[in-house]
Amino acid sequence: MSAVIEEHHHDDHHHGPAKGIMRWVFTTNHKDIGTLYLWFSFAMFLLGGSFALVIRAELFQPGLQIVEPEFFNQMTTMHGLIMVFGAVMPAFVGLANWLVPMMIGAPDMALPRMNNYSFWILPFAFTMLASTLLMEGGGPNFGWTFYAPLSTEQGPPSTTFFIFAVHLMGISSIMGSINVIVTILNLRAPGLTLMQMPLFVWTWLITAFLLIAVMPVLAGVVTMMLMDIHFGTAFFNAGGGGDPVLFQHVFWFFGHPEVYIMILPAFGVVSAIIPTFARKRLFGYASMVYATSSIAFLSFIVWAHHMFTVGMPLAGELYFMYATMLIAIPTGVKVFNWVATMWQGAMTFETPMLFAIAFVILFTIGGLSGLMLAIGPADFQYHDTYFVVAHFHYVLVPGSVFSIMAAVYYWLPKWTGNMYDEALGKLHFWLSFVGINVLFFPQHFVGLAGMPRRVPDYNLQFADYNMVSSVGAFLFGFSQLLFLFIVIKCVRGGVKATDQVWEGAHGLEWTIPSPAPYHTFTTPPDLKDISEAHG
Amino acid sequence: MDKAKRCKWLIALSLLMSSSLAFADWSALNMRQGVTEISQEVYGLHMIMFWVCVVIGVLVFGTMIISMLMHRKSLGVKPATFHDNTTIEIAWTIVPIIILVVLAIPATTTLTKMYDTGDTEMDIEVRGLQWKWQYTYLNDDPSKEISFISSMITPQEEIYNRAPKRENYLLDVDNELVIPIDTRIRFLITSGDVIHSWWVPDFALKKDAIPGFIHELWTIVDTPGTYRGKCTELCGPYHGFMPVVVRAVEKDEYAAWLLEQQAEAEKVFEIVGKQWSEEELMVEGEEVYLRACASCHQVNGRGLPPAFPSLVGQGLAVGPIEDHIDIVLNGKPGSAMQSFSKQLNAAEIAAVITYERKSWGNQAESVQPKEIFEMLEAQ
Repeated sequence: MSAVIEEHHHDDHHHGPAKGIMRWVFTTNHKDIGTLYLWFSFAMFLLGGSFALVIRAELFQPGLQIVEPEFFNQMTTMHGLIMVFGAVMPAFVGLANWLVPMMIGAPDMALPRMNNYSFWILPFAFTMLASTLLMEGGGPNFGWTFYAPLSTEQGPPSTTFFIFAVHLMGISSIMGSINVIVTILNLRAPGLTLMQMPLFVWTWLITAFLLIAVMPVLAGVVTMMLMDIHFGTAFFNAGGGGDPVLFQHVFWFFGHPEVYIMILPAFGVVSAIIPTFARKRLFGYASMVYATSSIAFLSFIVWAHHMFTVGMPLAGELYFMYATMLIAIPTGVKVFNWVATMWQGAMTFETPMLFAIAFVILFTIGGLSGLMLAIGPADFQYHDTYFVVAHFHYVLVPGSVFSIMAAVYYWLPKWTGNMYDEALGKLHFWLSFVGINVLFFPQHFVGLAGMPRRVPDYNLQFADYNMVSSVGAFLFGFSQLLFLFIVIKCVRGGVKATDQVWEGAHGLEWTIPSPAPYHTFTTPPDLKDISEAHG
Repeated sequence: MDKAKRCKWLIALSLLMSSSLAFADWSALNMRQGVTEISQEVYGLHMIMFWVCVVIGVLVFGTMIISMLMHRKSLGVKPATFHDNTTIEIAWTIVPIIILVVLAIPATTTLTKMYDTGDTEMDIEVRGLQWKWQYTYLNDDPSKEISFISSMITPQEEIYNRAPKRENYLLDVDNELVIPIDTRIRFLITSGDVIHSWWVPDFALKKDAIPGFIHELWTIVDTPGTYRGKCTELCGPYHGFMPVVVRAVEKDEYAAWLLEQQAEAEKVFEIVGKQWSEEELMVEGEEVYLRACASCHQVNGRGLPPAFPSLVGQGLAVGPIEDHIDIVLNGKPGSAMQSFSKQLNAAEIAAVITYERKSWGNQAESVQPKEIFEMLEAQ
């Protein structure tokens, strides 16, 4: 494959990839690092998914069948941590690595060596995190939100390793975000203004600022935990003059922007795919940028809507309710823009488009249940039930995860030079689409009817829907092996892709050959040749 | 032809939607309406939100579906070229703002009512403990104050599928919280260990029980009945086994129940106050030991070291009595030894400590219930 590239690009001849494993260890090439991130996140997706299947297997029927409550709690905790920090976030960083330089006409990321560090921290961090399951006392068992004092006073000894792993992930994310910001602000092709950038670049620029703002807050809260556990401080211990609610305020000050960190790049992906397959320019580009910025700003001032039941004063409760409701406005603008982009287009429904349309519909369902959750009095009934589980899985799985899959199908021909198998891709889509809805839709009902989250067992009235939900989980989970197969098949060969790949695709990344050469845009592109840099 | 096909699709889709509405048994799928004015209001808010979401969903998804059916390349359509429209963009920013403001008004009204905890006729302290609830009916006269622990009674056989599950599987407790109807009751929510959350869906009451905090809730229940809920904040391995059961009864029935409980409490008060003989302490102590201690420390007192230490001829059971009392009252953090100061009364604690110090060949001094009572009061 590389031989073919080198024939076409004599300039690159001396700078091809190194041979063997060392290529990956020492690489500073944004494409290699992007690939590493994506494979790593897929491995974590399967690991976190297998934990989810343990959970769903236990919940298949009422009663305790497979695991003990203690281990069940380790599974819910590790599932959340691995999926959030190991699967979704690194996948988006991988996409940013691959795509941002190609979309803005830059030769590479601005800080390539730091790029290498920020990836290679992750395997160590997650090996350490996953190894806690094998330690004495087991892994973290206090939920991915690790509320004090459960985590500080009753956590297993491995909590310290968990804290260190979180620190490492934070360092990795901060370095990655600095790189994204520096690249976008400094390495754009001459003449490419900010308001001409593809929306994926915009959403990642904003995401990177969110990451830099909140990862230190997460580092702070786990450090306070560390001090409480080992050095006798009492930040979160009421008995020592501390405040357990402080933990939640600090955690959610990180946690709410974190939610948008996992969805804004998804908005960017979908805003690239829908115009391509509708063969029509993105509707309301400028309002998309402003809506994304508004969502990012609002994300900092709504955190306590995760804490409506902690007993805040009425004024606080009302403020967080109103602020949270406001998020519906920019989010609505985005959804309307996507629908307007589809309207009167000339659509075709290849796999990336199917995932993107499913994203718009299912993410909107998650957004609407989010609006319901914003209503304080009603939230008292929804809080910490399966209704919340259904809500955030609708925005995270058919939201973030579907957008990542859409992105992989969309850009895979550019990365590998081969088309993926369209029939298998569609099969993967439909299995995932059916699976995910069978899995999560019934959880709205059991939640409303009163099933709390994070319980290993439930009363009999919830039995039917839990069984349905578990069936959906296994369908969705095993369908992802098909995804793995499709990607490997595509990497190994297939129908050769053209440079533009998709009939309606616009943007700098579609002007370079497929597969993308190891080095691209070593001289900046001339934008006059490219009609529309943003789709 | 195509139009006919499209029509058929739309009809099929609308039939599907309406049939699923007709079949749905809402009571099992939806939020409970509950039995208080507030819970009805909350249910009303929930349904308003639900229908608003349904309408938005139908409009957005309907537009998408029509677009997907009509605007396909395979139908030979040419893509339009518009890519913005200031009027429509302003419209779909302003209209949601108006909808949100309209929704915020009833939500604010209800929330304000829920927060108005004044003018209550009685106070009940609700304390979350791993993994049970302690209810204390506060009274200015301590001898009339009643307090008890409410724990789940679903047997392990049912949980581990060795016996058929009862109707109220995981929702049965030994001591229900009994409250009178038509009475404005204030609940004071707190915790003795980690964060729990006390939830009674039928009253639309949910508040986190947080160590170091006392939060207020209030309710007036109109209808007698038994109302069941759960702990809704992860509080350790047995979080799923911490039901809340409230029995609302007629006022006179409540008064009778209260008298009975107070008589019981006074009896305990008397029992605790009197001087106990060693024999009495040993008889009571053995009974308490078998109930509360033997599952870990074993009937023969030898425990299961290292997790559960032996009490025979070593350690606290034959050491200074202050340390022995301390560990029984307060537990040992980071171990399975829990605090019994809220679970057992002073007489029971004194008896079991005496029993442990004088059984299996141990020959240490005994303690009187009165001394324990004074220590508990001082805590």
